[in-house]
Amino acid sequence: MADSSSSSPLAGLIKSPSLMALAAIVAAAAVFLVLQAANDPYTFLQALMKSFGLGAVYALIALGFVLIFKATQVVNFAQGALAMSGALFVSFMVSDGHIPFTTIRNPLVDMSPSWLGWFLSVLVALAVAAILGLIIERLTIRPMVGEPLFSVAVLTLGLEIFLRVFNNDAVKIEFRSLEVPWGVDGFNIGEAFVSWSYIAAMITAAVAFVAVFFFYRSRMGIAMRAVAYDQEAAMAQGINVGRVFAIAWAAGAVLAAIGGIFATQPPVAQTGAVQVETQLIAFRTLPAVILGGLDSVQGALIGGLIIGFAEIMAGQYASGQTDILGAGYPLIVPYVVMIIGLLIRPYGLFGTPEIRRV
Amino acid sequence: MLDVANLEVVYNDVILVLRGLSLEVPDEKIVALLGSNGAGKTTTLRAISGLLGVHEGEVTKGTVTWKGSEIQSSEASNIVKSGITQVMEGRRIFAELTVDENLRTGAFTNTDKASRDDAYARAMDLFPVLKERRSSTAGYLSGGEQQMLAIGRAMMSDPELLILDEPSLGLAPLLVEQIRDIIVDINKQGVSVLLIEQNAAMALSIADYGYIMENGKIVMDGDAAKLRADEDVQEFYLGLHTDESGERRSFKDVKHYKRRKRWLS
Ligand SMILES: Nc1ncnc2c1ncn2[C@@H]1O[C@H](COP(=O)(O)OP(=O)(O)O)[C@@H](O)[C@H]1O
Ligand SMILES: [Mg+2]
Repeated sequence: MADSSSSSPLAGLIKSPSLMALAAIVAAAAVFLVLQAANDPYTFLQALMKSFGLGAVYALIALGFVLIFKATQVVNFAQGALAMSGALFVSFMVSDGHIPFTTIRNPLVDMSPSWLGWFLSVLVALAVAAILGLIIERLTIRPMVGEPLFSVAVLTLGLEIFLRVFNNDAVKIEFRSLEVPWGVDGFNIGEAFVSWSYIAAMITAAVAFVAVFFFYRSRMGIAMRAVAYDQEAAMAQGINVGRVFAIAWAAGAVLAAIGGIFATQPPVAQTGAVQVETQLIAFRTLPAVILGGLDSVQGALIGGLIIGFAEIMAGQYASGQTDILGAGYPLIVPYVVMIIGLLIRPYGLFGTPEIRRV
Repeated sequence: MLDVANLEVVYNDVILVLRGLSLEVPDEKIVALLGSNGAGKTTTLRAISGLLGVHEGEVTKGTVTWKGSEIQSSEASNIVKSGITQVMEGRRIFAELTVDENLRTGAFTNTDKASRDDAYARAMDLFPVLKERRSSTAGYLSGGEQQMLAIGRAMMSDPELLILDEPSLGLAPLLVEQIRDIIVDINKQGVSVLLIEQNAAMALSIADYGYIMENGKIVMDGDAAKLRADEDVQEFYLGLHTDESGERRSFKDVKHYKRRKRWLS
């Protein structure tokens, strides 16, 4: 099974005519984009910034998937509901002004400057999201250790549905605002409009990836990578696998929550508020996760950026063809790119071919 | 002291692998546990170190006592914390991690920084090769270096008892000698050693005491010197004797011969 990936992707590309054709399409698209950029640089720049904004959101959510998958080998289908729960916690904190699940007033909302109060409130909401991740891991994942991974994945799907019921109940028909300080404002570079939320997403993603980079070199992070590589050997070193699982889930839930906040912002949504669609962000991220490789942190980043780029560019430059492609075509683009990527590298761009498991 | 008494282990609720195994590892001694493939040596180690669960195995009878308390149902991490570490069969280093990171996983239970640094310095003393390759990816080490890394990693927890599962497996004779000397060194530092081996010659050359197991049971035990001198052991585990035809008698013949002898007597 590993044979197909052992030869270099380039060699495979040259051998297979269908992959040659795909390479030609990609090259043609690149030439097309370069021409467009030369012709109308501001439109291109605007689309480019937007694609980075979207790519950053995808990368954040993908990172959550990857952290959980690497440590536990579980594909967490509840990531979407966790994203929405996280966004709801923020809305409880800043819009309703009380700590989630309590009637205690959130003192941070009265702070000045208000953006600082907002930011601190978000941190508290993320802490609540982490606790939710810990509870889920403890109650539903830990007892399933050693059970077939497929069953555990299905269990997370059940969790997704379970959480959705609560989430949708909290949203009902009204949107819940997140009171984001930058709102839907932005700034101009020449004629190109750039939303502040793109910049916020990019900075957040950068911080998250750098944090994971350093975490993976810490005592607990090394333990997590050891568990990911060989669970039994990690146990033999005295590594507490349960604790590693818990940390992975807490981190995954926090990243989902951050992704959920950005899922209310441009370019994902324009309302700045939690709504039923917010939880779909995780499913929209799946192509990025799979393209990058389920067990690769850098894959999450690159996969997110590629998918974001493809989706936005297709939306920008193929909009004249909607009668052929259908109006919703930009949402299909991620899957098309994913399939192309998988044809070249079946385990994702940075994924490990064989998944080890004791 | 480690005291294993009448241990019975079952895999998947049905496969009985250990059938009342008993052995002792006195403090600061080297004890050899010998036996051919499938005898149950690794299973014994799993039972001692709390790793049976990973393999759907379970201790159904008997006890493992370490420093006066029973540990047969303790968690692996607590057993490591209590001072027992192992070098697993097949080395099982974390190939994607660097040499340094591998060593740090071994120190996971050691929360005291000073003692961790000490252990690290000792590992570097013991294995100068590792020092040179500290930041290289462990997967690129040679087999011998990987075995040294596996031993170094186990030593990072500052154990009182070190259990090695076939450390000579797949290594060239010169490396086997090197590993043997390292085990002696480690033991001289005051660490008790349980050395699991198929290579009886190597194990008995450094052990104080030896056990020979077959089919999940100890069939013979004694001082290493006595075992080395025993004709059966020489014939079937040390490979010193050959029969008239010049061929080594197979293990099956031995069992057959033994059974018949018992039958007649
Ligand atoms: N996970 C398992 N499930 C079922 N049987 C096993 C398992 N592991 C080992 N065994 C069986 O237990 C016996 C002893 O194995 P093991 O302890 O690995 O022996 P050794 O280390 O002496 O070669 C063998 O017959 C083997 O097939
Ligand atoms: Mg074995």
